[in-house]
Amino acid sequence: MRFDDISSLVGNTPLVGIQKLSPNPNVRLWAKLEGQNPTGSLKDRIALKMIEEAEASGELSEDRVLLEPTSGNTGISLAFLARRRGYRLVCVMPETASKERTQMIQLFGGEVVYSPGKEGSNGAITMAQQMVEEDSKYLMLYQYGNEANPRAHYDTTGPEILRDLPEVTHFVAGLGTGGTLTGVGRFFAKNKPEVRIIAAEPEQGDLVYGLRSLDEGFIPPILDQSVLHGKVKVNAEDSVAWTQALAKEEGIFAGISAGATVFVARRYAQRMDAGDIVCLFADGGWKYLSTEIWTTQLEEAAERVEYMPW
Amino acid sequence: MSVKVNIPSVLRSAVGGSKSVEGQSGPLRELLENLGNQYPELREQVLDEDGQLHRFVNIYVNDEDVRYLDGLETKVAEGDVVAILPAVAGGDT
Repeated sequence: MRFDDISSLVGNTPLVGIQKLSPNPNVRLWAKLEGQNPTGSLKDRIALKMIEEAEASGELSEDRVLLEPTSGNTGISLAFLARRRGYRLVCVMPETASKERTQMIQLFGGEVVYSPGKEGSNGAITMAQQMVEEDSKYLMLYQYGNEANPRAHYDTTGPEILRDLPEVTHFVAGLGTGGTLTGVGRFFAKNKPEVRIIAAEPEQGDLVYGLRSLDEGFIPPILDQSVLHGKVKVNAEDSVAWTQALAKEEGIFAGISAGATVFVARRYAQRMDAGDIVCLFADGGWKYLSTEIWTTQLEEAAERVEYMPW
Repeated sequence: MSVKVNIPSVLRSAVGGSKSVEGQSGPLRELLENLGNQYPELREQVLDEDGQLHRFVNIYVNDEDVRYLDGLETKVAEGDVVAILPAVAGGDT
């Protein structure tokens, strides 16, 4: 394998069987390992697409400073590409994000500004929006509202799955910006409409839901709810438990949202006669090592990540 | 056994500060209407003027979002857990 430069390595991730975790012998479970991307998460796909489209439209020029609300992964992906292309980047991240995330953004030359941890990602979005309003040098690509995000998955993630597993019946991915679910969902709606698209929604700490009023609620503008067939919320304890099981049973070192997708896939597998469920593992476990969730008793590990974005 | 309904902090003042209240089995809409008789402010916040689910409110029956089940017609059985949560940004972004 030979490539012109590191950004050519984005996408084309492997699909790996995780059959030991299937509760039904007639249902095969598969993991799409997005941790194999250059910076270790699926966000390399959307960062590349958002930057390419902003350059093509002329919106992104060298005098602008990229600004992005992120819980880490998108910030790391943007930092890696911004460094290669000579742009400045500022990331707004909840202070509860694992410390590896700050380290990785900074090692690629990105700057980090923290938003209050108890406000979760909502707080990071609000703070970034204020900064953009106050200073016109900032260009916010805004993964929650940028159609390049679902388009990246429509163009790459979806076709890769169909190519590698034409018999796929279900697709499960974590719900964050909704970009993966929307893009892959639209791809299958067009190319194999019988595939069911299921969201695994991380349940967050109680304080994150402590809005002053319901009008502060947030639905990502790019999330197309019409392509979803199911949405299951998964708490930190179940997600951590299945992330631990992945390491123990399958030898897969994945991030915490991977455990949430396995939890949801197993629920569906128990109800099905037969089928093939693809779980999208958004990232590898590296950025969670400092939480020591693999070596800590489940209950304590779950408490530790309750307010950490995953 | 009845149905446990978890209330998020933003709506707790509408139910006298409780973290959860008890509801009746049957269609979700009936459960909410009955609770609404008891706690009018809860009904006002969860349902809009047309009697549809508020845009920024998610309701889950045994952790599954009812928008992808049968919406407000979703059947709730004895022993099920209903959770009401505001829609907030989350996940790994």
